[in-house]
Amino acid sequence: MSKFKDTGKKEIPPISTASLPDIVFMLLFFFMVSTTMREVTYMVDITLPEATELSKLEKKSLVSYIYVGEPLKQYQSTFGVAPRIQLNDQFANVSDIQDYVIAEREARDEAERPMMITSLKVDENTKMGIVSDIKQELRKSAALHINYSSRQKVER
Amino acid sequence: MAKKIPEIPSASLADIAFMLLIFFLVTTTMDVDSGLERRLPQWVDPEQLEDDQQIKERNVFVVLVNRNNQLLVEGEYAQIDNLRERAKEFMANPTNDESLPEKEPQQIPYFGETMVTKGVISLRNDLDTQYGTYIAVQNELVAAINELRDELARDEFGEPYDELERDKQEAIRDVYPSRISEAEPKKVD
Repeated sequence: MSKFKDTGKKEIPPISTASLPDIVFMLLFFFMVSTTMREVTYMVDITLPEATELSKLEKKSLVSYIYVGEPLKQYQSTFGVAPRIQLNDQFANVSDIQDYVIAEREARDEAERPMMITSLKVDENTKMGIVSDIKQELRKSAALHINYSSRQKVER
Repeated sequence: MAKKIPEIPSASLADIAFMLLIFFLVTTTMDVDSGLERRLPQWVDPEQLEDDQQIKERNVFVVLVNRNNQLLVEGEYAQIDNLRERAKEFMANPTNDESLPEKEPQQIPYFGETMVTKGVISLRNDLDTQYGTYIAVQNELVAAINELRDELARDEFGEPYDELERDKQEAIRDVYPSRISEAEPKKVD
């Protein structure tokens, strides 16, 4: 009758970690596919306005960004609190926009240039004066296709 | 006898993968960029600008936004909430009202000869208008045209506008053109 008898102390086997790399790799691939790289470090504070008629920016490689908003706390001592334009990683003036658009255009393939979109990420409390100036500069540099970046409005 | 090649230890593989994972978590963002898509008009030199484009009063839907974010629609105060309805009524003009825009016949595939409105929506803002208000107004105007297109698509093809084929969408776009003009800002009192 020793068949069912407990023979001595049995040790609990350790949990196998052999599949741990596989699990982590799976997570890694998920994040690599579903996310996009951050384009720039924000130097301005932006709360996007809300809208319902949104269209998605499909091809990231065709989009160039213009940021407008109040400078962040750490830049306020040098740049003040008035809304500023940020292009790439630095503050810019309205007059720099034409050069920026040309530089962005040069960086793209010739076949892709007509499809380029400029995305305006503007804080909702900004005055329209600065936005109108940007629009005029974009018209001058023939970057006519624009996208006013906004959040999906939550229906209440 | 040949020596057995020892197996490569894989204990640190998990650590390496974790490190990569954390790197991607930190440097990437999840949000999909979306927004209101618009096309700006071509740049025209202000000196060459001629005012020969006379548009009849009844064909223009004037929306003014002042510095206090108040709306003036067709000469009277209005709220953002009913802007969409009014813009729809203006662009569709279902009863051929005298005060609403004229229509002219046009040949459009799928529809044949259709009466197309000559209406233009003109949006003008003050330099001190808040960007949030401006986007809200733009959104309502775009929504009005999108709703008209969607209604027509459902009536004619029995499908929502977004799911139609490209040439059908183009036909509907011809019936309800998106004519929102953004004039240069002026001081609006």
